[in-house]
Amino acid sequence: MIKIKAKDVDVFYGKKQALFNITLDIEENQVTALIGPSGCGKSTFLRCLNRMNDVIDICSVKGEILINDFNINDKSCDVVRLREKIGMVFQKPNPFPKTLYENVSYGPTIHGMAQSKQEMDEIVETSLKKAALWEEVKDRLHEPGTGLSGGQQQRLCIARAISVRPEVILMDEPCSALDPIATAQIEELIDELKKEHTIIIVTHSMAQAARVSQNTGFFHLGQLIEHGSTDKIFKNPDNKKTQDYITGRFG
Amino acid sequence: MNKNKEQLLNKRYKAEQRFRLYGLSAIFMALLFLTIFIFKIFSTGYSAFQKTWLIVPVTFDAELMMLDQNPSKEDLQDADYYDIALKSMADLDPNANEDQENELKRMVSYFFEKEIKNKLLNDPNLIGKTKEVYLTASDDLDQVFKGNYPRDLPEDQRRVSDYQLKIFDQLVANGKVESKFNISFFTNADSREAELAGIASSFMGSIFSILVCLMIAFPVAVLAAIYLEEFAPKNRFTDFIEVNINNLAAVPSIVFGLLGLGVLLAIFHLPRSTPLVGGITLSLMTLPTIIIAARASLKAVPPSIREAALAIGASRMQTTMHHTVPLSMPGTLSGTIIGLAQALGETAPLILIGMVAFVNTIPGSPMDPAASLPVQIYIWAESAERGFVEKVSACIMVLLGFLIIMNLFAQIIRHKFEKKWS
Repeated sequence: MIKIKAKDVDVFYGKKQALFNITLDIEENQVTALIGPSGCGKSTFLRCLNRMNDVIDICSVKGEILINDFNINDKSCDVVRLREKIGMVFQKPNPFPKTLYENVSYGPTIHGMAQSKQEMDEIVETSLKKAALWEEVKDRLHEPGTGLSGGQQQRLCIARAISVRPEVILMDEPCSALDPIATAQIEELIDELKKEHTIIIVTHSMAQAARVSQNTGFFHLGQLIEHGSTDKIFKNPDNKKTQDYITGRFG
Repeated sequence: MNKNKEQLLNKRYKAEQRFRLYGLSAIFMALLFLTIFIFKIFSTGYSAFQKTWLIVPVTFDAELMMLDQNPSKEDLQDADYYDIALKSMADLDPNANEDQENELKRMVSYFFEKEIKNKLLNDPNLIGKTKEVYLTASDDLDQVFKGNYPRDLPEDQRRVSDYQLKIFDQLVANGKVESKFNISFFTNADSREAELAGIASSFMGSIFSILVCLMIAFPVAVLAAIYLEEFAPKNRFTDFIEVNINNLAAVPSIVFGLLGLGVLLAIFHLPRSTPLVGGITLSLMTLPTIIIAARASLKAVPPSIREAALAIGASRMQTTMHHTVPLSMPGTLSGTIIGLAQALGETAPLILIGMVAFVNTIPGSPMDPAASLPVQIYIWAESAERGFVEKVSACIMVLLGFLIIMNLFAQIIRHKFEKKWS
């Protein structure tokens, strides 16, 4: 099943074009990795999917992005509803400087997802459990989220993202600020999360892409050079550039 | 080659040492000036917190007071105290002629009649008896007692006559002169007589002005800052506004005073000399300061927090109100307090809108005429009487104390509520 269809997406920062004609399908309940050298536009593309580029004044997006066959670049698309459905986890863990509980309950609160304190408690608990953080923090839910270790903070951010039960989770280099053990935990988590969510992950680590993803897209200089199943991209790429990047000849 | 390198290294060390020395001497100079300034203020001003009293026996003669046999409270209120007051001062020297009696009367404040009256009102049984009453000494004798008066000047260059000094010295020798904590400095309004002048009016005037200023400037400035920082598109127009806010912060305060005079008083006919007008004028001055502080602290909230909130589906408004603004509040508040502290010390604009008028009542609301502390300093510094010299310093001490407390408060807010980012 195709979850997201991007058709001829161009992105401009002012006059400078950052993405050229990106056409890419993303499979439901699978992990899609976007790889490529720095500045190739993979994060920009990711931020198109929940319209986070709106925040940047000079950024303009052209083309169609269909999610469940609905074009999110259409004027009728409500960004708030869109972002409720498409969660995002950032490169640097960015918990709110509030308690753990407030961090996770914020999304459900603003979207009116819980009728009572009990329901909210439940949402917080399941979200933290799904993010594999519950056991570590259940006794200190009312301590500040910023007091956790880096890996824990990132899992808290994941818990926060899944608390509103999004269909898609976008991850922008979620492990780049973490040590190998925390990275392994997050990767395990991603594997678990794909059962319920469609995941798109931008990563600099090819090993990580190979480990967690089923599909891979390779970006270079704002172009989507090649995409397909991770197996194929890593073992038998069609394009010479992909081959060179995978084997570490540039990037 | 090697030698050259060593020379360079030595040079570098020397330069660093010199730089340290410059820094230290700069700090030393700053501290020195501050110490001299504070020492001067304190050494001049501390005596204003003491007040000199003459202890004078007063005979509460019912006949002289025109009182009947069993006077009621109202009778006591309306009785004539001037004669017994005069008599008790004249009695200090039984041999005094008429001129000397006049001089004796001038040894105490013109308030002495009231002081005697209050004594009797507190204790009506004193009628017909003689009792010692504390009378406020005149400002010159107050200075004599504090040792600030040039007694050795020729008599015609002094306001205190030789005769007054003689009697005063006798009183001192008999232990009939006492120095007590000067409560009236804090409870009295301004007065032409230095011994009776207090800061109550100007203190209340300052408080009301600052409150009015806070209530206008804070909400306007915070809303402006939030809009400019979080919502406004970045274009030429907002750049223009930003430049002008910065310009506004640099406008001399007297210009705002003229604006207050020309607009608030001349066009809107708001009551002159009131903290209301003063506060509005000061708020114009404080506005850019608070906007700049609030914008700086909004800017200091990491963009990642905004992104986190937006990404989970918070609207721009929710992101701002739930996250950015609360996180920027400590910085905004301390900026506000610093802006208010500046406004508190402002004199020029208040003079222009008439808060320099002589006010001898204590304002009960921002609509009543009042002075303010810095203007009070200015008024007293202009006065010729020797007694006002120490009052000026004392008033500066009160103002400084006020400012230090406010700045301390700003520091505490900043340290206590500032969040540490991950």
